[in-house]
Amino acid sequence: MAYEISLLTAMGISVIFALSLNLITGFCGQISLGHAAFLGIGAYTSAMLCKAGLPFFATLPVAMLLAGIVGIVVGLASLRVRDDFLAITTMGVVFLFVGIVRQQEWLGGEMGISGIPGSGLDRLGFMWLALGLAALVAVFCIYIQKSWMGRVFNGVAEDEDTMRVLGVDVPRYKLAAFAMGTALAGLAGALYGQHFKYIGPESFGFIESITVLSMVVFGGIGSVPGVIFGAALLSALPAWFQFIGDYKLLVYGGVLFLMMRFSPGGVAGIVRSLLQRRSAGHQPGASS
Amino acid sequence: MLFIELVAQGLVQGSIYALIALGLTLVYGLLRILHIAHAALFTLGGYIGVLATNATGSLTLACIFAMLGAGIVGVIIYRLCYEPILRQPPFVALIASIGLYIAFEEAFRIIFGAAGLTYDAPPLQQYVSVFGSLHFSLAELVVMGSSLAIIAALGYLQTHTRVGIACQATVSDPQMAQSFGIRLRTVRDLNFFVGSALAGFAGVWVALLNNLVEPTMGSVPSYKALAIIVLGGMGSVRGTLLASLVLGVAESFGTIYLDQWLDRNAIAFALLILVLMVRPQGLFARR
Repeated sequence: MAYEISLLTAMGISVIFALSLNLITGFCGQISLGHAAFLGIGAYTSAMLCKAGLPFFATLPVAMLLAGIVGIVVGLASLRVRDDFLAITTMGVVFLFVGIVRQQEWLGGEMGISGIPGSGLDRLGFMWLALGLAALVAVFCIYIQKSWMGRVFNGVAEDEDTMRVLGVDVPRYKLAAFAMGTALAGLAGALYGQHFKYIGPESFGFIESITVLSMVVFGGIGSVPGVIFGAALLSALPAWFQFIGDYKLLVYGGVLFLMMRFSPGGVAGIVRSLLQRRSAGHQPGASS
Repeated sequence: MLFIELVAQGLVQGSIYALIALGLTLVYGLLRILHIAHAALFTLGGYIGVLATNATGSLTLACIFAMLGAGIVGVIIYRLCYEPILRQPPFVALIASIGLYIAFEEAFRIIFGAAGLTYDAPPLQQYVSVFGSLHFSLAELVVMGSSLAIIAALGYLQTHTRVGIACQATVSDPQMAQSFGIRLRTVRDLNFFVGSALAGFAGVWVALLNNLVEPTMGSVPSYKALAIIVLGGMGSVRGTLLASLVLGVAESFGTIYLDQWLDRNAIAFALLILVLMVRPQGLFARR
């Protein structure tokens, strides 16, 4: 039972993390290859404060705030560069994060931080906390998506220049997406540190950034149910199939590549096209 | 003296970066794809180099094999992976490429083992002194010399031969080039072949300098090469060469003077972010 609890907790954290990236990359169309840096900022902030004696729940807002502030700074980069350039800049951010943390003695350096004080909840309680927060974040994302803001995000993702011509303050919306997305990543990070009780610079590197991106892409960029499905499945996959444990990254890489090659819309895209085909009636092979 | 030594070390490292980044620049100029899987060909070159040297005893032969092998796999990657998704938005190719790279890296680990391979008897290890007090291993000198020669040759071919001009024409306007009878596919195949062969070549030499090939040897250079082509202004051969050398030197100084703040790999990206914020079009772009 302890194993299932731990797995479900990890799944909840992955869902929050993936949804937070989806806010930036899916809704607003700003690609980020460095999202794990914000997970790291949240985790380190919460862990350091916990060690300093603050209760875990008090560290959550601070972790979110700090991650969000750094997120806005990185978001400023998205005002300056686009597409490929932005992808590389955000990739730079995660290398910079790992590179800096590694050399800081007071952040544990290479060794990381271990023995993070508990939250006062038992394993089961913490699982409900993670799942509850994941559900809250999902509701928040759907709310954003349906709101006026979500529509502007969509417009920015589709065609930034047209939105600008229409008189939309594009920079403000981009920064808002970065602020919300990275703050939520900070929340996921705080939970991450609390769940594993150990954090090190390697946990928040480029591979982790790619892993979360593959969750989003696999589920379907921009689709909230798709991303939840992708994050839950991909985070549980290695645990369910112990035999692929060693091949975990090979599977990630393969899935990422095959999905992009054959269905850039992810699982959500497949489901959508299946539904459309059904509602279109009996016209086999009409569109291909 | 330390100053000159650091510059020299930086130039050796920089010329290796140049070999890797050049292939990326060719691909980016042609297709606007950030070809991360390029670094897998660099690793592949390293493996072929070590295996062939150990089997035949000849480093020259190993270089030829590595270049051919990496070049052919490069063309296969283009045909199977990139060609079908050229019309998708740019992030699709980027993510597909990252996936491909990760899969390659893991495949190397599973096939050749995580510990890596070494040369039985690494050639060209003698030290030569240049200008009295500077010492280079023969391998380092060959790397510098050959990469400069290759890049110069490439620059010449690009501007003075019909094939090179066809490539340039395709970069600037594919449709127009096509209507003048240039076969786009041939040009793209050729570019992937040449770029990948260069990466394979670099792989052999890095394997020799470290006397080690391991599955992960491509990961850091691949990301760094991306930083380099951005610094070099995306798609410019001369800019890429300059940016590689600048980064090589900056890193060798950085490891001495910035070590308390940043590790070596972060320097490239700190430089990159700094430059992009000031000049979003890259350091040496002509626009």
